Amino acid sequence: MNAAAALRARNERRTRFLLLTPAMVLLLFAASGPLVIVLIYSFLTPGSYGGVEWNFSVQAWFNVVAKIDFFTDELTFADAHLSVFWRSFKLSVFTAILTFVFGFPTAYFIATRPKRSRDMWMLLIMIPFWTNLLIRTFAIMELIRNEGTVNTILMGVGIIDQPIQMLFTEFAVLIGMTYVYLPLMILPIYASMERFDFNLVEAGYDLYATRFQVLRRVIFPLVKPGVVAGSILVFVPCLGAYVIPRVLGGGKQLMLGNLIELQFGQLRNWPLGAALSLTLLAVVMIALIFYVRAVGQEESPHG
Amino acid sequence: MIEINGVTKIFGGGSDAFTALDNLSVTIDSNEFFTLLGPSGCGKTTLLRVIAGFIDPTQGTVQLDGENLVEQPPYKRPVNTVFQSYALFPHLTVAQNIAFGLQMLGRPKSEISSTVDEMLTLVQMAPMADRKTSEISGGQQQRVALARALAPRPKVLLLDEPLSALDFKLRKEMQLELKRLQHETGITFIFVTHDQEEALTMSDRIAVMNAGTIRQIGGPRDIYDHPAERFVADFIGDTNFIEVELVNTSADTARIRLISGKEIDARANPDGPKAGSKVTLAVRPEHATLVDEGEALLPGTLSDVVYFGTDTHYHVALDGGGGDFVVRRQNQPDMAQSRQTGARVGVTFPANVGQVLRD
Amino acid sequence: MANAGFNVRKQTGFTTVAALCFALLYLPILLLVIFSFNAGESIAVWEGFSWRWYVSAWANEKVQDATILSLIIAASASLVATSAAVLAALATTRVKPWKGQTIAFALVNQPLMVPEIVTAVALLIFFAMIKVATGYTGIGYLIVAHSAFCIPFAYMPIRARLQGMDMNLEQAGADLYGTPVKVFCHITLPQLWPGILAGSMLAFVISLDDVVITEFVKSAGQDTLPTYMLGQLRRVISPEINAISTALLAVSVVMVTAFFFLNRTRK
Repeated sequence: MNAAAALRARNERRTRFLLLTPAMVLLLFAASGPLVIVLIYSFLTPGSYGGVEWNFSVQAWFNVVAKIDFFTDELTFADAHLSVFWRSFKLSVFTAILTFVFGFPTAYFIATRPKRSRDMWMLLIMIPFWTNLLIRTFAIMELIRNEGTVNTILMGVGIIDQPIQMLFTEFAVLIGMTYVYLPLMILPIYASMERFDFNLVEAGYDLYATRFQVLRRVIFPLVKPGVVAGSILVFVPCLGAYVIPRVLGGGKQLMLGNLIELQFGQLRNWPLGAALSLTLLAVVMIALIFYVRAVGQEESPHG
Repeated sequence: MIEINGVTKIFGGGSDAFTALDNLSVTIDSNEFFTLLGPSGCGKTTLLRVIAGFIDPTQGTVQLDGENLVEQPPYKRPVNTVFQSYALFPHLTVAQNIAFGLQMLGRPKSEISSTVDEMLTLVQMAPMADRKTSEISGGQQQRVALARALAPRPKVLLLDEPLSALDFKLRKEMQLELKRLQHETGITFIFVTHDQEEALTMSDRIAVMNAGTIRQIGGPRDIYDHPAERFVADFIGDTNFIEVELVNTSADTARIRLISGKEIDARANPDGPKAGSKVTLAVRPEHATLVDEGEALLPGTLSDVVYFGTDTHYHVALDGGGGDFVVRRQNQPDMAQSRQTGARVGVTFPANVGQVLRD
Repeated sequence: MANAGFNVRKQTGFTTVAALCFALLYLPILLLVIFSFNAGESIAVWEGFSWRWYVSAWANEKVQDATILSLIIAASASLVATSAAVLAALATTRVKPWKGQTIAFALVNQPLMVPEIVTAVALLIFFAMIKVATGYTGIGYLIVAHSAFCIPFAYMPIRARLQGMDMNLEQAGADLYGTPVKVFCHITLPQLWPGILAGSMLAFVISLDDVVITEFVKSAGQDTLPTYMLGQLRRVISPEINAISTALLAVSVVMVTAFFFLNRTRK
């Protein structure tokens, strides 16, 4: 390479580096970097008033899934943790299913609107999504609490005498998460449906398929990557949910996020909190790898 | 005068390395309408971008009037480009687009406005001066792009397939227009195209490119009538290729023996193959005539007759496994088709019409 | 036409579910807004129209403080994140592909991938160390944290805009004697504006709405509107919360709608 070109290449590298510096410094300082400290903390022992003592220990990691009985030294599973894990997993899966049940027909509905109005329908889906999560959770709470809208109406009509206890149940958390994360399911399904060639549907009918057969054998297989992507997009934030179970679960229906918070609050076990955080992070990363695969599949041409 | 010396461009590295330009050298004269013609991927656009400064050559120099351009960034080269997509600035008006280069050069306001007016008139866009570029038609955008590149009076104008987005009629019109502008401004035009007809109608000289190298340089007539090699003959126009034997050669003609045993003179390169060797002869379909078997250089059977509107193609299966030979004849009104497929016919062509290729 | 023929796009029941879906998306929010204007103290029984909850919320000193803090943080974070995002977007779109591009891209998008609670915990630990070491407990931590997680939101529309821009335009600028700085000012920036505006608005809304990270990073007395509202949960809920929510909602809806239309003018 000649000298001028080499100089230009070097200048370009320098410019690129300078351009990236502010964002990288900020992110390393206040997003990625601190994760390393979390990793270190997970191998220390808890301090008496929060914080840590600087002694190496794998106790915290051990405690994520197991515990030693204080009196008998017997090794058992940490049932309390496992039940929280199970609830987190179960509610996240149910939320993904529920959002699919509502989201798939809705995405289909939007994708079959005239081209000009589709954007407006998507805007209607996205507006609630970009508004405050806490407020939307509040809105659900006001709807389902004992003196809330649903119970008031049901009692007013005379179907029930006593308010139904919906708030502070797993059901409430499920409803809340479905409500809040529904747009995350609709978005990727819509994205793959929008590119769907409806001539294929005509070809399906031409070849004697019924409406349901066309849906199951033609449409669904081709938009499946969008469904997979949507399911993971919903599953991931559900798993780490904190605000929704706190507000709608009322401290009884703990999920992983609340369990982590507890370790840094009342329970004062920072290393365990750190280990639980990293466990959550690991699960989320695995889910995201599947997501990237689904999206990659989506981008390869079909139809 | 532009001198391109040993320019090589290799994209990527290792096993993915792709040689876009292979030790290419060419000299383009001042005030010349020079065309780079070749199939897509032949390196013609890469060469144009090397001259413009958007691509650094891996090796070699580009000199403009003795000054090495490679050392300079694009914004210091007295060379302007008409982009294939026009690349008109969407946030500026027609006049502002044309003024852009002059403003960047820091020319005084009075000079800018007079040059812009002059350019608007030159490309017949004066009434549209204050339109946004998105509000004018494709042909008009083309004119604005041209005016914008001409406004700073570059020494060389680079045109990257500028007519490819226009429809057939407009393209014809713009071909003449470009030729006129080149005459009027006296600026060297380097024009890139894959359209042979465009190249033949407009250029002073054409460089036919393939796989990063220039295969032949010459005037349009020269290139068309006397292609140096099979690639050039094949790429430009339709050609019949027939195997012949070289009897003897002298300067730029050669005596050849056809498969039928008959001999005739043909054009050949002085540095071409030696006497006695088997070579390929290229004959344009319109240079040959369909005759009766008896008077033919190459006898055969009429296998197909295809009507094309302006002319008719007669496919002749040559005797002795000579392959398919096409004769093109211009149609006249109410001309009856005189021969039926399956008939015994023959092909003939005058002396010094065939070209011996250097394959 | 009376007979539209066989509609290949129809799927039985889908439109009904979609209608239900839209209704359910907006019904809770709508009720929340309606009852913010309730004259009574109930959030389920309508007792007439009144502005009283807005008046009482505005008179509440804590709400005032939280509003001011929220706005300061959101404005600062949006400014910082957008500036950093513009530069980063230029570095990831306007150059030849380079080694490490994927890592830079992953880093920029990291706040979108890592669960908020994990980042919150990490910042809690990290900032606690700095607080001990420096003694500084101001709102700087909140601004830095918000700036960081707002970067990908500002980055996305700006990058999309840059990618949608014709690369030839900048080359044409250079070809017409524009130096890199002039080309950026005269060609890139004028076309990038809608993207920058959209990105900064998105960053503002995201910062304004954040609960989890703020809750973990804030020092005593540093409540933003969302953390203040979360704190009020333990008490009896009055329509005052609805009034604050409605105000916040209005800001978000306006900004998101503006964002949508800014992004749409791209083509």
